[in-house]
Amino acid sequence: MSTTRAGLTQTGTATSLLRFATAGSVDDGKSTLVGRLLHDSKSVLADQLEAVEHASRRRGQEAPDLALLTDGLRAEREQGITIDVAYRYFATARRRFILADTPGHVQYTRNMVTGASTAELAVVLVDARNGVVEQTRRHAAVAALLRVPHVVLAVNKMDLVDYAEPVFARIAEEFTAYAASLGVKDVVAVPISALAGDNVVEPSANMDWYGGPTLLEHLETVPVGTDPSVEPARFPVQYVIRPQSEEFHDYRGYAGQLASGVLRVGDRVTVLPSGHTTTVAAIDALGVQTEIAWAPQSVTVRLADDIDISRGDLIAGGPAPVPTKDVQATVCHLNERPLHVGAKVLLKHTTRTVRALVKEISYRIDITAPIEEGGLEQRPAPEGLNVNDIGHVVLRTAEPLALDDYTDNRRTGSFILIDPADGTTLTAGMAGEAFDTVSTTDASQEEDWV
Amino acid sequence: MTVTTQRLVQAEDSPYALSHLDALEAESVHIFREVAGEFERPVILFSGGKDSIVMLHLALKAFAPAPVPFALLHVDTGHNFPEVLAYRDRAVAKHNLRLHVASVQDFIDRGVLRERADGLRNPLQTVPLLDGIESNKFDAVFGGGRRDEEKARAKERVFSLRDEFGAWDPRRQRPELWSLYNGRHAVGEHVRVFPLSNWTELDVWQYIEREGIELPEIYYAHRREVFQRDGMWLTAGEWGGPKANEPVETRLVRYRTVGDMSCTGAVDSDADTIEAVITEIAASRLTERGATRADDKMSEAAMEDRKREGYF
Repeated sequence: MSTTRAGLTQTGTATSLLRFATAGSVDDGKSTLVGRLLHDSKSVLADQLEAVEHASRRRGQEAPDLALLTDGLRAEREQGITIDVAYRYFATARRRFILADTPGHVQYTRNMVTGASTAELAVVLVDARNGVVEQTRRHAAVAALLRVPHVVLAVNKMDLVDYAEPVFARIAEEFTAYAASLGVKDVVAVPISALAGDNVVEPSANMDWYGGPTLLEHLETVPVGTDPSVEPARFPVQYVIRPQSEEFHDYRGYAGQLASGVLRVGDRVTVLPSGHTTTVAAIDALGVQTEIAWAPQSVTVRLADDIDISRGDLIAGGPAPVPTKDVQATVCHLNERPLHVGAKVLLKHTTRTVRALVKEISYRIDITAPIEEGGLEQRPAPEGLNVNDIGHVVLRTAEPLALDDYTDNRRTGSFILIDPADGTTLTAGMAGEAFDTVSTTDASQEEDWV
Repeated sequence: MTVTTQRLVQAEDSPYALSHLDALEAESVHIFREVAGEFERPVILFSGGKDSIVMLHLALKAFAPAPVPFALLHVDTGHNFPEVLAYRDRAVAKHNLRLHVASVQDFIDRGVLRERADGLRNPLQTVPLLDGIESNKFDAVFGGGRRDEEKARAKERVFSLRDEFGAWDPRRQRPELWSLYNGRHAVGEHVRVFPLSNWTELDVWQYIEREGIELPEIYYAHRREVFQRDGMWLTAGEWGGPKANEPVETRLVRYRTVGDMSCTGAVDSDADTIEAVITEIAASRLTERGATRADDKMSEAAMEDRKREGYF
């Protein structure tokens, strides 16, 4: 079975799914690490490898360039850069993986924000020779901002520092302290060499001082998902199902995907923004009646009372959010056109799209400030937010929204801003404050930074 | 180095654990319902291949007990496997669907398209496809493309905006965050939607097994008259093969993908049940397209170039 493509050695056994993202600066060896993970987990097949070998030879390279496995577009191959987030798929006997492979160069912040938005784990790569640098802090801050539950620090190129434990320990300690100060709950540090294969898939013979898991072992065993039983139920209504057939004459079901929590038949729920309360009468799980559903299942809910409900409404169990037209949020601006005060935009939150006005850009967050100075700094943003900027805004919406704080709920606390003129996705938004601790800079220090 | 871990459960131990297939299914159903909620005239591209069959199955589940609120669009290359056409028509009748057919042969007969020297009809699909989308004013077009198929596809969004020429510009894609899909488009533009983006070939087969989904017979091992061209076993037929120097032999084969007969190769196989097929794929050292698709081998960027022109 050693040649079996992983994931099927125990046919019939359900495997779980981990979505994770990688972040690394240009020369940290991220492509090599991704190539190593795919290659050593036997996820690269003969014809793919052959294509890479062929292309490498044509380019005059002696060894197969594993980066060619991941750089898919013409411009990327021509320029030897990675343009955009790409998704990779691999599997082991224990778990399936969806890897958001985010490039590390200029446009990194928005790409990493994109990749991290769906990730349950982020791998932050550093070069053992350089330690924690500005990019590393950005990556940690983005992982914290997006509330990625698990962060792995992969200290790469250990082969170039003689596999020395003190080098690793110092970097791990500095990074863990910084990440913890940003609110990251779970950090695991692994010393690796992506090039030589140490501690990526196979344990390293060169670092017997390291007693922890290899990177892949950790990816296979890290807990996935949150515990729905401790979260309030959130069910954004996507679509109203009314068959109007003879058999289902009076059927009126609200289709959606549970954003969090558990719904049971008989549960008391509140419909937002109207505030009406009613009871769950039935739950249909894709055509089969059931008594219980939980996040992230897609189901159809029927309610006891005849209430006017449509796409965009939220069915909430437990403590319900108070609908508001005044939205305070941390945002990452994604588009080359800056975001200005006074801009009229569309805001998409769960299944509801409303008109919104940018009332205030309170501040920009400088996530590169040195750790000893607090790590994060608020800066004035009189020119608005530029592409890749992270900042805090106040929005006024045309209709009330049932938002949770992003800190509490990544799905009902997130939104995007859209340009109403051409539909461009402008900005990613997270309701509430981004970080527990952001220090303010007074104007006199501003010149140092400019 | 581990700091505290709260509110997190070990998926395998939790009563609320979802298997990877459940998670993928929930995500795909969410995508179907988003499109139903946001677009005026969506359509499902249906080839009769396993991916489009799984798409249709997911759409049926997403709107049950109501019917699927979308029509089907089949781009008929004129060189289809008869078993696949028969399957298509059975599915349409069984689920009471509306079927639109965009026919490559029609376009050739009308002189709009010209037969290629190599006889490949797959690259000719783009013009009838875009014409079918335009003339029916479809604003969302579901495709069964998966990101694991090909490296250009690994970069494609779930909601992928196409301009009025149907073209894909990889540099101008919208970032896609959380499960907040942006379907805004101008008149004349449309959005390609890929609900199976995050599925792999194995996921598709495991799901087919779990759900007991029927497939066209050509996916399972059978005896067939084939001949060899460019290292692939192609079916003898009326589309320009075999040539005089291409001897025909009868072999035990099956198909891993279903496309136009002129460029879809069979693989030697004795896998005649779904369990055997899954075991075979799991052990295969070749990708699905690498094993069976001639059109992807034309250049390093063949898929990307065709997508830029409006292909899926």
